[in-house]
Amino acid sequence: MVNLMEETKTPKLPLIGEKAPEFEAPTTQGNLKLSDYKGSWLILFSHPADFTPVCTTEFMAFAEIYLELQKRNTELLGLSVDSTSSHIAWVRNVEEKMGVKIPFPIIADLNKEVSTLYGMIHPAQSKTETVRTVFIIDPEGTLRTILYYPLTTGRNMQEILRIIDALQTTDEHKVATPANWKPGDPVVVPPPKTAEQAEERVKEGYDCKDWYLCFKKL
Amino acid sequence: MAMPCVSPDGKPTTSGMATLEAIKEGASTPKAISDATGQPLFRVRSGLRELVGAGFVELYDGSYLLTPNGESVL
Repeated sequence: MVNLMEETKTPKLPLIGEKAPEFEAPTTQGNLKLSDYKGSWLILFSHPADFTPVCTTEFMAFAEIYLELQKRNTELLGLSVDSTSSHIAWVRNVEEKMGVKIPFPIIADLNKEVSTLYGMIHPAQSKTETVRTVFIIDPEGTLRTILYYPLTTGRNMQEILRIIDALQTTDEHKVATPANWKPGDPVVVPPPKTAEQAEERVKEGYDCKDWYLCFKKL
Repeated sequence: MAMPCVSPDGKPTTSGMATLEAIKEGASTPKAISDATGQPLFRVRSGLRELVGAGFVELYDGSYLLTPNGESVL
Protein backbone atom coordinates (compact mmCIF):
# COMPACT_ATOMS: atom_id res chain seq x y z
CA MET A 1 0.00 0.00 0.00
CA VAL A 2 1.33 3.44 -0.92
CA ASN A 3 2.12 5.57 2.08
CA LEU A 4 0.72 8.94 1.02
CA MET A 5 2.04 10.72 4.12
CA GLU A 6 5.55 9.51 3.32
CA GLU A 7 5.23 10.53 -0.32
CA THR A 8 4.15 14.06 0.49
CA LYS A 9 7.20 14.49 2.75
CA THR A 10 9.67 13.69 -0.03
CA PRO A 11 10.41 16.81 -2.07
CA LYS A 12 11.14 16.58 -5.75
CA LEU A 13 14.89 16.65 -6.21
CA PRO A 14 16.25 19.69 -8.02
CA LEU A 15 17.53 19.02 -11.53
CA ILE A 16 19.93 20.79 -13.87
CA GLY A 17 18.26 23.73 -15.58
CA GLU A 18 15.75 24.30 -12.79
CA LYS A 19 15.77 27.15 -10.27
CA ALA A 20 17.72 26.11 -7.19
CA PRO A 21 15.32 25.82 -4.22
CA GLU A 22 15.44 28.85 -1.90
CA PHE A 23 16.44 28.28 1.72
CA GLU A 24 17.46 30.21 4.80
CA ALA A 25 19.88 28.46 7.13
CA PRO A 26 22.23 29.14 10.03
CA THR A 27 25.90 29.13 9.01
CA THR A 28 29.27 29.90 10.54
CA GLN A 29 28.88 33.40 9.05
CA GLY A 30 25.30 34.08 10.16
CA ASN A 31 21.92 33.23 8.71
CA LEU A 32 22.17 33.04 4.95
CA LYS A 33 19.58 32.73 2.21
CA LEU A 34 20.31 31.29 -1.21
CA SER A 35 19.10 34.61 -2.65
CA ASP A 36 21.92 36.40 -0.80
CA TYR A 37 24.15 35.00 -3.57
CA LYS A 38 22.19 36.51 -6.45
CA GLY A 39 24.67 37.94 -8.96
CA SER A 40 27.43 35.47 -8.04
CA TRP A 41 28.09 31.90 -9.04
CA LEU A 42 27.71 29.59 -6.04
CA ILE A 43 29.13 26.17 -5.26
CA LEU A 44 26.87 24.64 -2.61
CA PHE A 45 28.47 21.46 -1.37
CA SER A 46 27.83 18.93 1.38
CA HIS A 47 30.23 16.81 3.38
CA PRO A 48 29.42 13.85 5.64
CA ALA A 49 30.66 15.19 8.98
CA ASP A 50 33.05 17.55 10.74
CA PHE A 51 36.28 16.16 12.22
CA THR A 52 36.52 13.36 9.66
CA PRO A 53 39.65 12.73 7.57
CA VAL A 54 38.48 12.92 3.95
CA CYS A 55 36.30 15.97 4.69
CA THR A 56 39.25 17.73 6.30
CA THR A 57 41.37 17.20 3.18
CA GLU A 58 38.50 18.47 1.05
CA PHE A 59 37.99 21.60 3.12
CA MET A 60 41.68 22.43 2.89
CA ALA A 61 41.50 21.85 -0.86
CA PHE A 62 38.40 24.06 -1.20
CA ALA A 63 40.21 26.76 0.77
CA GLU A 64 43.17 26.44 -1.61
CA ILE A 65 41.03 27.19 -4.68
CA TYR A 66 38.97 29.91 -2.96
CA LEU A 67 40.98 32.78 -4.46
CA GLU A 68 40.74 31.24 -7.93
CA LEU A 69 36.99 30.91 -7.46
CA GLN A 70 36.68 34.53 -6.36
CA LYS A 71 38.45 35.60 -9.57
CA ARG A 72 35.59 33.80 -11.32
CA ASN A 73 32.88 35.59 -9.25
CA THR A 74 32.18 32.30 -7.50
CA GLU A 75 31.43 31.72 -3.81
CA LEU A 76 31.57 28.54 -1.74
CA LEU A 77 28.98 27.38 0.79
CA GLY A 78 29.51 24.13 2.70
CA LEU A 79 26.90 22.04 4.51
CA SER A 80 26.64 19.12 6.88
CA VAL A 81 24.15 18.04 9.51
CA ASP A 82 26.51 19.13 12.30
CA SER A 83 25.88 22.14 14.55
CA THR A 84 27.33 25.62 14.11
CA SER A 85 29.44 25.03 17.24
CA SER A 86 30.87 21.85 15.74
CA HIS A 87 31.65 23.65 12.47
CA ILE A 88 33.37 26.49 14.34
CA ALA A 89 35.41 24.05 16.45
CA TRP A 90 36.42 22.09 13.35
CA VAL A 91 37.50 25.06 11.23
CA ARG A 92 39.45 26.42 14.21
CA ASN A 93 41.12 23.01 14.57
CA VAL A 94 41.97 22.88 10.85
CA GLU A 95 43.55 26.34 11.12
CA GLU A 96 45.46 25.46 14.29
CA LYS A 97 46.68 21.97 13.30
CA MET A 98 46.88 22.23 9.52
CA GLY A 99 47.54 25.95 9.11
CA VAL A 100 44.67 26.42 6.67
CA LYS A 101 42.02 29.08 7.25
CA ILE A 102 38.54 28.17 5.99
CA PRO A 103 37.21 31.43 4.54
CA PHE A 104 33.74 30.37 3.42
CA PRO A 105 30.55 29.76 5.47
CA ILE A 106 29.23 26.31 6.39
CA ILE A 107 25.53 25.57 6.87
CA ALA A 108 24.59 23.85 10.13
CA ASP A 109 21.76 21.70 8.80
CA LEU A 110 20.84 19.98 12.05
CA ASN A 111 17.16 19.67 11.06
CA LYS A 112 18.19 18.32 7.60
CA GLU A 113 15.97 20.89 5.93
CA VAL A 114 18.41 21.97 3.22
CA SER A 115 19.95 18.53 2.75
CA THR A 116 16.49 17.03 2.22
CA LEU A 117 15.52 19.83 -0.15
CA TYR A 118 18.60 19.15 -2.28
CA GLY A 119 18.67 15.33 -1.99
CA MET A 120 22.00 15.26 -0.18
CA ILE A 121 21.18 12.29 2.05
CA HIS A 122 21.37 8.94 0.28
CA PRO A 123 20.04 6.46 2.83
CA ALA A 124 21.75 3.42 1.31
CA GLN A 125 25.08 5.16 2.04
CA SER A 126 24.12 6.73 5.36
CA LYS A 127 20.81 7.70 6.95
CA THR A 128 22.43 10.35 9.13
CA GLU A 129 25.14 11.92 6.98
CA THR A 130 25.11 13.80 3.70
CA VAL A 131 27.04 12.31 0.80
CA ARG A 132 29.55 14.51 -1.02
CA THR A 133 27.38 16.62 -3.31
CA VAL A 134 28.25 19.65 -5.41
CA PHE A 135 25.57 22.00 -6.76
CA ILE A 136 26.82 24.73 -9.07
CA ILE A 137 24.29 27.57 -9.22
CA ASP A 138 24.61 30.47 -11.64
CA PRO A 139 24.11 34.18 -10.85
CA GLU A 140 20.41 33.94 -11.77
CA GLY A 141 19.86 31.07 -9.34
CA THR A 142 19.65 28.29 -11.94
CA LEU A 143 21.20 24.91 -11.20
CA ARG A 144 23.89 24.30 -13.79
CA THR A 145 25.76 21.23 -12.50
CA ILE A 146 25.10 18.50 -9.93
CA LEU A 147 27.81 16.08 -8.79
CA TYR A 148 27.50 13.23 -6.31
CA TYR A 149 30.49 11.48 -4.75
CA PRO A 150 30.38 8.58 -2.30
CA LEU A 151 31.50 8.98 1.30
CA THR A 152 34.88 7.38 0.59
CA THR A 153 35.96 9.49 -2.40
CA GLY A 154 37.29 13.02 -1.96
CA ARG A 155 36.43 15.54 -4.66
CA ASN A 156 38.76 16.83 -7.39
CA MET A 157 39.05 20.62 -7.05
CA GLN A 158 40.61 21.06 -10.47
CA GLU A 159 37.55 19.42 -12.01
CA ILE A 160 35.27 21.79 -10.11
CA LEU A 161 37.30 24.78 -11.33
CA ARG A 162 37.22 23.33 -14.84
CA ILE A 163 33.43 23.06 -14.75
CA ILE A 164 33.12 26.70 -13.62
CA ASP A 165 35.44 27.75 -16.46
CA ALA A 166 33.49 25.65 -18.95
CA LEU A 167 30.08 26.99 -17.87
CA GLN A 168 31.28 30.59 -17.94
CA THR A 169 32.89 30.05 -21.36
CA THR A 170 29.65 28.54 -22.66
CA ASP A 171 27.62 31.48 -21.38
CA GLU A 172 29.99 34.09 -22.75
CA HIS A 173 30.66 32.59 -26.19
CA LYS A 174 27.59 30.38 -26.83
CA VAL A 175 29.74 27.32 -27.42
CA ALA A 176 30.14 23.87 -25.87
CA THR A 177 33.30 22.32 -24.47
CA PRO A 178 34.61 18.90 -25.51
CA ALA A 179 35.90 16.06 -23.37
CA ASN A 180 38.86 16.97 -21.20
CA TRP A 181 38.59 20.61 -22.28
CA LYS A 182 40.57 23.17 -20.34
CA PRO A 183 40.80 26.95 -20.79
CA GLY A 184 42.70 27.79 -23.99
CA ASP A 185 41.70 24.60 -25.79
CA PRO A 186 39.46 24.75 -28.89
CA VAL A 187 35.73 24.74 -28.16
CA VAL A 188 32.89 22.99 -29.96
CA VAL A 189 30.63 25.04 -32.22
CA PRO A 190 26.96 24.14 -31.55
CA PRO A 191 25.73 21.60 -34.11
CA PRO A 192 23.68 22.93 -37.04
CA LYS A 193 19.89 22.65 -36.77
CA THR A 194 19.10 22.37 -40.48
CA ALA A 195 20.61 20.75 -43.59
CA GLU A 196 21.27 24.20 -45.00
CA GLN A 197 23.20 25.23 -41.88
CA ALA A 198 25.14 21.96 -42.08
CA GLU A 199 26.11 22.74 -45.65
CA GLU A 200 27.19 26.26 -44.74
CA ARG A 201 29.01 25.13 -41.62
CA VAL A 202 31.84 23.45 -43.51
CA LYS A 203 32.54 26.72 -45.37
CA GLU A 204 32.77 28.89 -42.26
CA GLY A 205 36.46 28.35 -41.54
CA TYR A 206 36.01 26.19 -38.46
CA ASP A 207 38.12 23.13 -37.88
CA CYS A 208 35.43 20.66 -38.98
CA LYS A 209 35.93 16.91 -38.73
CA ASP A 210 32.52 16.57 -40.30
CA TRP A 211 29.41 18.77 -40.54
CA TYR A 212 28.31 17.93 -36.98
CA LEU A 213 31.70 18.23 -35.24
CA CYS A 214 33.40 21.58 -35.66
CA PHE A 215 35.94 23.25 -33.37
CA LYS A 216 37.08 26.82 -33.11
CA LYS A 217 39.64 28.77 -31.09
CA LEU A 218 38.36 31.57 -28.89
CA MET B 1 21.91 31.46 16.15
CA ALA B 2 25.07 32.89 14.55
CA MET B 3 24.80 36.62 13.91
CA PRO B 4 27.76 38.21 12.13
CA CYS B 5 26.57 41.81 12.38
CA VAL B 6 24.81 41.91 15.75
CA SER B 7 26.31 40.24 18.84
CA PRO B 8 24.18 38.29 21.35
CA ASP B 9 24.10 41.35 23.64
CA GLY B 10 22.38 43.31 20.88
CA LYS B 11 25.35 45.51 19.93
CA PRO B 12 26.75 45.66 16.38
CA THR B 13 29.85 43.51 15.80
CA THR B 14 32.96 44.82 14.02
CA SER B 15 31.50 43.96 10.62
CA GLY B 16 28.16 45.43 11.70
CA MET B 17 29.88 48.67 12.68
CA ALA B 18 31.69 48.73 9.32
CA THR B 19 28.32 48.45 7.59
CA LEU B 20 26.84 51.24 9.71
CA GLU B 21 29.87 53.47 8.96
CA ALA B 22 29.49 52.79 5.24
CA ILE B 23 25.81 53.76 5.36
CA LYS B 24 26.70 56.93 7.27
CA GLU B 25 29.20 57.77 4.51
CA GLY B 26 26.46 57.47 1.92
CA ALA B 27 26.48 53.83 0.78
CA SER B 28 22.81 52.90 0.60
CA THR B 29 22.69 49.68 -1.43
CA PRO B 30 24.17 46.25 -0.63
CA LYS B 31 26.57 46.59 -3.60
CA ALA B 32 27.77 50.05 -2.48
CA ILE B 33 28.21 48.78 1.09
CA SER B 34 30.10 45.74 -0.19
CA ASP B 35 32.40 48.00 -2.23
CA ALA B 36 32.94 50.34 0.74
CA THR B 37 33.61 47.66 3.35
CA GLY B 38 35.24 44.91 1.27
CA GLN B 39 32.75 42.39 2.64
CA PRO B 40 31.33 39.88 0.16
CA LEU B 41 27.89 40.83 -1.15
CA PHE B 42 26.20 37.78 0.38
CA ARG B 43 27.44 38.76 3.84
CA VAL B 44 26.32 42.34 3.40
CA ARG B 45 22.81 41.22 2.45
CA SER B 46 22.65 38.86 5.43
CA GLY B 47 24.10 41.49 7.78
CA LEU B 48 21.63 44.13 6.64
CA ARG B 49 18.75 41.80 7.52
CA GLU B 50 20.14 41.53 11.02
CA LEU B 51 20.78 45.25 11.39
CA VAL B 52 17.25 46.00 10.21
CA GLY B 53 15.87 43.38 12.63
CA ALA B 54 17.87 44.90 15.49
CA GLY B 55 16.63 48.39 14.69
CA PHE B 56 19.95 49.95 13.62
CA VAL B 57 19.04 50.31 9.94
CA GLU B 58 15.84 50.78 7.97
CA LEU B 59 15.01 50.21 4.34
CA TYR B 60 13.30 53.23 2.85
CA ASP B 61 12.33 53.44 -0.82
CA GLY B 62 15.02 50.94 -1.82
CA SER B 63 17.81 52.59 0.20
CA TYR B 64 19.31 51.54 3.51
CA LEU B 65 19.39 54.36 6.08
CA LEU B 66 20.57 54.62 9.68
CA THR B 67 17.85 54.78 12.34
CA PRO B 68 18.39 57.01 15.41
CA ASN B 69 19.54 53.79 17.16
CA GLY B 70 22.08 53.17 14.41
CA GLU B 71 23.36 56.74 14.60
CA SER B 72 23.69 56.53 18.36
CA VAL B 73 26.18 53.63 18.28
CA LEU B 74 28.57 55.34 15.85
